[in-house]
Amino acid sequence: MPVNVHFEDVKVGDEIPAWSRTTDFMNWNRYAAVNDEFVYIHMDDEAGRAALNERGAFGMGNLRYTYMLDALRDWIGDEAVIREVGLQFRAINQKHDTLTVTGKITDMRVEDGEHRVYLDMNVVNQDGQPTCPGHAVVVLPSRG
Amino acid sequence: MTSEQLETLVTPEMHAKRDVWENELVSFPVSESDIRKWALASYWPEKPPRLFWDAAYAKGTRWDGIIAPQDFNPFAWPIDRPPGREADGPRTAPGTRGMNGGQVETFGVPMKPGDVITSRTRLKDWNERTTRLGLTLFTETEMEWRNQRGELVKTRISTGIRY
Repeated sequence: MPVNVHFEDVKVGDEIPAWSRTTDFMNWNRYAAVNDEFVYIHMDDEAGRAALNERGAFGMGNLRYTYMLDALRDWIGDEAVIREVGLQFRAINQKHDTLTVTGKITDMRVEDGEHRVYLDMNVVNQDGQPTCPGHAVVVLPSRG
Repeated sequence: MTSEQLETLVTPEMHAKRDVWENELVSFPVSESDIRKWALASYWPEKPPRLFWDAAYAKGTRWDGIIAPQDFNPFAWPIDRPPGREADGPRTAPGTRGMNGGQVETFGVPMKPGDVITSRTRLKDWNERTTRLGLTLFTETEMEWRNQRGELVKTRISTGIRY
């Protein structure tokens, strides 16, 4: 089975390939449907404004978390392992935002028999505004 | 009433529940079709990886079959609906509005078709302070998922925000 990236192929400072989605109700409603996540602030502009977002309904934080996982999976491929991902939701995903997942390697270690790569992660909007700083730990296949 | 007039959003129930495991749930068996739909929705409008929907392909990977995306939620669509926002309508009163602050998830074994997942949660801690939203309560909740063999699927520490 092909491997996207080996532990020996990356180094601290490397960035993962950019991964983007432009989101609106087409993305949000599909995610709401599978996650059974029907919350008015994500469905209704009036409810969004009542929650102090002047532009109305806004996207789910959980979907941006999903995007982070998707970007990692697309980068590492099917033979690698996502061991940990965390993030904080600091800004809102507005309708029609183009969100780009970013990731930069901060450390690489062999621990517990696993070739682990540590990354700083974020989801950045089209204005360059970071919306959810976070981190990830992935386990890459080794040539060794 | 404005949120500035509320003295605290911490309730006696929160003190009683601190560090107590509760809300044990058992999922319906995970199905291939649920995994496929989850992957389609999360990767929309692009095609998701074959690992999540092509059994023949997935059989040749280290996983020996389809696995679920790591954020797959086997507890979606319960028969008995927990009391919540849907029935009550939008929440606009101070102290009742909520947001998802974020989470850290640590993953063990992946979820596969046929798995039955057991979940339990406990309230870990909280912190209350005045923010630009008014009086705001940050709660930290730990969740643990295990499969039918008792293997750890994941732990999640999530931050809830109420204001």
